[in-house]
Amino acid sequence: MSPHAAPAEAPAAPVFDIALQQVQLQGHTILHAIQTRLPRGGWTAIVGPNGAGKSTLLRALAGLLPVQGRIQLLGQDLRHWTPKARAQALAWLGQNEAGTDTLRAAEVVMLGRLPHQAWLAPPSPQDHEAVRQAMLDTQCWDWRERPLNQLSGGERQRVLLARALATRADVLLLDEPLAHLDPPHQLDWLQLVRGLAQRGCTVISVLHELNVALQADRLLVMRAGRVAHLGACDAPDTHQALQQAFEQRLHLASVQGQWLCLPFALDSLESKK
Amino acid sequence: MKPTQLLITLLVAALMLLLLGVLVGSTGFESGMLTAPDPAQQQILWDIRLPRSLGAWLAGALLGLAGAVAQGLFRNPLADPYLLGPSAGAGLGVAFALVALGLSPAAAAFSLKLGLTGAAFIGAMAAMMLTLVLARGVEQTLRLLLAGVIVGVVLGSGTTLLMLMKPDIMRAMQVFMLGTTGFLSWQSAELLGPVLLLTLLTAMGASRALDALTLGEATAHSLGVRLGLVRVTLIAVLALATGTAVAQTGLVAFVGLVAPHLVRSNCHGRHNALLLLSALTGGALLLAADILARGLIAPQELPVGVLTSLLGGGYLLMLMHRRRTGGSA
Repeated sequence: MSPHAAPAEAPAAPVFDIALQQVQLQGHTILHAIQTRLPRGGWTAIVGPNGAGKSTLLRALAGLLPVQGRIQLLGQDLRHWTPKARAQALAWLGQNEAGTDTLRAAEVVMLGRLPHQAWLAPPSPQDHEAVRQAMLDTQCWDWRERPLNQLSGGERQRVLLARALATRADVLLLDEPLAHLDPPHQLDWLQLVRGLAQRGCTVISVLHELNVALQADRLLVMRAGRVAHLGACDAPDTHQALQQAFEQRLHLASVQGQWLCLPFALDSLESKK
Repeated sequence: MKPTQLLITLLVAALMLLLLGVLVGSTGFESGMLTAPDPAQQQILWDIRLPRSLGAWLAGALLGLAGAVAQGLFRNPLADPYLLGPSAGAGLGVAFALVALGLSPAAAAFSLKLGLTGAAFIGAMAAMMLTLVLARGVEQTLRLLLAGVIVGVVLGSGTTLLMLMKPDIMRAMQVFMLGTTGFLSWQSAELLGPVLLLTLLTAMGASRALDALTLGEATAHSLGVRLGLVRVTLIAVLALATGTAVAQTGLVAFVGLVAPHLVRSNCHGRHNALLLLSALTGGALLLAADILARGLIAPQELPVGVLTSLLGGGYLLMLMHRRRTGGSA
C-alpha cells in the first residue's frame, strides 16, 4: 500500500462498505442499522447534532469497537486485517488523546511510525523523514524537543495531527481535528486536507464546525445514531438533510460560491438594516 | 537532565552506596573494615554486608521497575505494586508457603528461596487479577486504586491470620511483613539478579507499546499494538518483579511509587529509558534506606519498610503540597 500514490479519481471500490446492525456502548445502543458505502479518495465530513453517534461511527470504522454487523475496509472485513496491516492502511486521531507523560513532541509523532517498524528495530531514515515532513506540514517542527505536556492545546493538537499524518496511511480518520486550533491554523489544516485528498488519500473527519465541514467534498449527515444522508456538500438534498438533522434551526447561504451555515437567515440581517 | 546523564549518576550512586553499605554496620561507619586482616571481620564484610547491600539494591530495582511498569500499563501515576495489591498478594503467598512448610523467612537454602518466590509470584498475580476484576478494568483511576486498597487490606488480614496460626514463626514473620533487608543472603542475590535482568529486558521489549499507551488505549490499538499480549506480558512482569522482591525483603512500601516519579521529574524520554532509570532509582532508594536503617539507631536496626513508608509518605505529601500550590508533579 504505497502512501499518497493512488490517482485522484475515485475508483469504483469504496474505502468503507458499512452494513451495521447496531453498535452498543455500556449497554446503550449508540448506532442503529447503518448501510452505506464511503467512496475512496476525497474528503468526507461527518456532521450531526450532539449525541448523533459521529465519533462512535468513526471509532467503529477504525476497528476500535466491537460491532454487530460488518465493516469492510478496502474490500476486506475489518476484523480480518492484522493489527499491523490495518494500522498501516488506516490512521485514527481521537478526541482528547491523552498524553500526560513526558514524551517529547517528536517522540509522539514517531509513534505514528510504529506500524512500519519491526519489533526492537530502531527508526529508519524513512521514519525520521516521515516524522520531519509531518511536523513541517502541521507547523510543529520548531518545538519537536518540547515535552507534549508543556504545549498549549492548539500546539498539542498539531503534534497529534502530525502523529496521524506520519503514519502515511491512505485512509485518515480524524475526530474533531480542529479542536483548539485558531482560525489561521484551521485554514492551514484545510489546505493540508485538500492536498492529501488530491494525492489520493481518503480523509474522513468528524467536525462540529459546520462552516469548515461545508468545504469538504462530501457530507455524511447523522441523526440519532443513523446515517441520514451522504452527498456532495453543495447539493440541495444534502442541505435539506442537514437542516432536518438540526431541526430546521440553521440556515445555509451561499456567499461568493462558498456555502456557509448560519444560526440565522441572511435576509433577516438585511431586514434589520 | 538527559537520560544518559541520569544513567551515569545512578550507576555512580549505586557503586558508592554499595561501598557505604559494606562499611556501615552495627557499630556505625567502619572505614578500616576493607583492609582489616581479621577473618571474622572479612566474613561479616563478604558474607553478610555485601550480599545484603547488593540484595537491597536488586530488590529496590525490581520494585522501581514494577512501579514504572504499573504506571505505564495502567496509565496511572499513582499505580505501584504496594497500592494495587500485588505486594499484599505476594506477602500472603509467602506466608502461606511458610506456614505450609513450617519454616522461617530467615531460612537460607536456595531451593526454599525459589519456592517462596514462586508462591509470592502466584500471590502477586492473583492479587493483581483480583484488583483488575474489582475495578472492572483500568479506565477509572479512582476505582483501580480503591480496588487495590481493598485487595491489599483483605489479603493483608489473611496473612495476619496465617501468622497467628503459627506462633513460632510469628516474630520473624512480623519483621518480614514490615519490610526488612535483614534476611538477604547470597542466595537471595543469586535469585534477584537474574529475575531483574529477565523482567527488565521483557519490559523494555514492550517499551514502545507503553509509549503508545500514553496516548490512550484506543490510539495504541489504532497503531497496531496488540494490547492483550502487552497486558498479559507486563502484568506477568509486574507480578514476577514484585513477587521476587517481596519473597526476599517482605512488604517494602513506596519504592515502586516514588522511583518512576523521581525519574520523570528529572528527565523526559521514552519508556525504554524510564524503565531502566526507574529500576536504578529504586535500587538506590532501597539501598540508601537500608543503610539508614542500619545506621540511624546502631547497634539497633530499624526494619527498612518502616523507613521507606516514612520517606515515601513524606514524598507523597510534598507532591500534594506542590499540586496545591500550582506546581506540577
